[in-house]
Amino acid sequence: MSSETLLEINKLKAGINGQAILKGIDLTVNAGEVHAIMGPNGSGKSTLAQVLVGREEYEVSEGKVTYQGKDLLDMSVEDRAREGVFLAFQYPVEIPGVNGTYFLRAAYNEQRKYRGEEELDAVDFLALVKEKMKVLELPPTLLQRPVNEGFSGGEKKRNEIFQMAVLEPTLAILDETDSGLDIDALKTVAEGVNKLKNSRNAQIVITHYQRLLNYIVPDFVHVLYDGKLIKSGGRELALELEERGYDWVVAEASSTAALAS
Amino acid sequence: MSETTEQAIHDAVNQDYKYGFVTDIDTDSIPPGLNEETIRTISGKKNEPEFLLEWRLKAYRHWLKMKEPTWPHVKYNPVNFQEIVYFSAPKSNKDGPKSLDEVDPKLLETYEKLGIPLHERARLAGVAVDAVFDSVSVGTTFKDQLAEQGILFCSFSEAVREHPELIRKYLGTVVPYTDNFYAALNSAVFSDGSFCFIPKGVRCPMDLSTYFRINAANTGQFERTLIVAEEGSSVSYLEGCTAPMRDENQLHAAVVELVALDRAEIKYSTVQNWYPGDEEGKGGIYNFVTKRGAARGYKSKISWTQVETGSAITWKYPSVLLQGDQSVGEFYSVALTNNYQQADTGTKMIHIGKDTRSTIISKGISAGKGQNSYRGLVRFMKGAENARNYSQCDSLLLGNKCGAHTFPYIEVKNPSAKVEHEATTSKIGEDQIFYCNQRGISTQDAVNMIVNGFCKEVFKKLPMEFAVEAQALLGVSLEGSVG
Repeated sequence: MSSETLLEINKLKAGINGQAILKGIDLTVNAGEVHAIMGPNGSGKSTLAQVLVGREEYEVSEGKVTYQGKDLLDMSVEDRAREGVFLAFQYPVEIPGVNGTYFLRAAYNEQRKYRGEEELDAVDFLALVKEKMKVLELPPTLLQRPVNEGFSGGEKKRNEIFQMAVLEPTLAILDETDSGLDIDALKTVAEGVNKLKNSRNAQIVITHYQRLLNYIVPDFVHVLYDGKLIKSGGRELALELEERGYDWVVAEASSTAALAS
Repeated sequence: MSETTEQAIHDAVNQDYKYGFVTDIDTDSIPPGLNEETIRTISGKKNEPEFLLEWRLKAYRHWLKMKEPTWPHVKYNPVNFQEIVYFSAPKSNKDGPKSLDEVDPKLLETYEKLGIPLHERARLAGVAVDAVFDSVSVGTTFKDQLAEQGILFCSFSEAVREHPELIRKYLGTVVPYTDNFYAALNSAVFSDGSFCFIPKGVRCPMDLSTYFRINAANTGQFERTLIVAEEGSSVSYLEGCTAPMRDENQLHAAVVELVALDRAEIKYSTVQNWYPGDEEGKGGIYNFVTKRGAARGYKSKISWTQVETGSAITWKYPSVLLQGDQSVGEFYSVALTNNYQQADTGTKMIHIGKDTRSTIISKGISAGKGQNSYRGLVRFMKGAENARNYSQCDSLLLGNKCGAHTFPYIEVKNPSAKVEHEATTSKIGEDQIFYCNQRGISTQDAVNMIVNGFCKEVFKKLPMEFAVEAQALLGVSLEGSVG
């Protein structure tokens, strides 16, 4: 496994409307790794995702995030995306009237322009799209329709993974990608994600349930609770969480905290 | 919506008005003011036949009895009709240039700057152009080639001189001078415009277009366009308009009449980009226009496509009288209002003949403090057996200070009529912008993409060169045509 560090989060504190949500996050993600972030509702999982991609409403009060040696928090939302940070949205947004393929080509070419490469024309791009579609077993009609408009929940999630396949991000963050999916759709999505994994990229999988991790096997599992990562472990931690819930981890963490003080 | 998104949307829709320059040219203008003498002067300058002067005077006397309409959903300071100059023409052009070589180079330069080369050497993708500068036509291209097929395409004044019988036969038959306040005013004082006549069975080999330019200050532009398509003929006609940036409002009150006989087809496309006023709502053109087509013949077809981005106030309802059995009327519209612009626009489809069909697709975009109203009338007369209409009115809002309004009127006097009406209102949301940003697409491109996607159905109806211009006008990139 490569040990190149892609992402380093240092003592990150952030919130919204003056309310603190993330209360000091430390996390290092290396190339080739899959990290799962789990936790009960309201623990700050989605906030972490939103802060990493630069959603404006969230204010970072402290801490540092380094991505491939650069200050991530200093970059615009677009530049983070062009640098290879991708978020698979929990609730993908509908963009009426904008053709899916057109949208994706615009996104793809933004990356290429950013890297000083030549833009891909419609013909070449279509060839690329067709190849990626095979990998994900997507119905071709999906991309002829306007972006996410009238898509079912499962179609929207698959479309997110498809965009990820085309854009080939270095760091992909999947925010509750499993929510609202039946087991077949879950399998397709997970298979897609697994096929995209290689030694140069990394994935952060945010989930409430363990079941996604049956299909996307994480190298590390972290428990996020009340804005802090209170426990980290291997895949077995996820299984244990499913069996025993979150309470024991929380109890363990608070007693450690009590001991330390 | 957050400030930066708001700002980016603002930037995306606020491009500087590129056509605001003034051409410094000697003009032959009459003093401001309006009375019977003004009308006699205009008519005299143009050596018009007696019947036309009589018609003008009747229109003027009727106009004196009329009141300005107050029903449109627009607010503006009343127009002082005595302050307007009703006739202004470039001086060198007094007797009318015999050919384009005699046209003042300054004028040619002006049109060049506007992207409309009048010189036939610079053939504009096979489009014949009639250029109207203030009150007069300064030149028409491709006349000889068109004449070979019997097509008449010239300025209105020339048509009055050369083909008075046609003018007499058709003038005022679609929009009578009694029609409305501004149509009556136009009938009294109109100075020039374009005339097209497509004879029986001829399909016009190229698009015909008129380019209207207001240049002189305090001048109203009152042009009159008449297009007649005889049995089995067809024509595609384009109209473009610009004006200099000035602090005062200027009035543009045009009348367009279309006549389509049996199986004839007229497609009329407009890209209206009159000066809209500045960001504070100062200046700009009052665009009070009456456009109507009579689909008189069996299976005749009239199609209006308009992209309205300019003018401080737009008041305009391109309409179709579906008189012939199985005649077809279409209206495709994109209207953008930004800053303090106001538009009250739509159409009227009057079903008179049997088995007549009409389609209305209207897309309104409001940004800044713009107010955009769709007003449409669909009327089925007693004899309109099995007539059908489909209407779709969509509104897109950019920001929180603009407004979109829809006033649809439907009148059915024949029980076999079928009417469908759909309407939607949507808003470019912060979530959509963020989603695009997260895929690496800038806010400006995202707004362009969404606006363009919204208008796509209408842009598809425009002739190619016009579609490109329309998209550029909305500040949008070419989208959706591939992939």
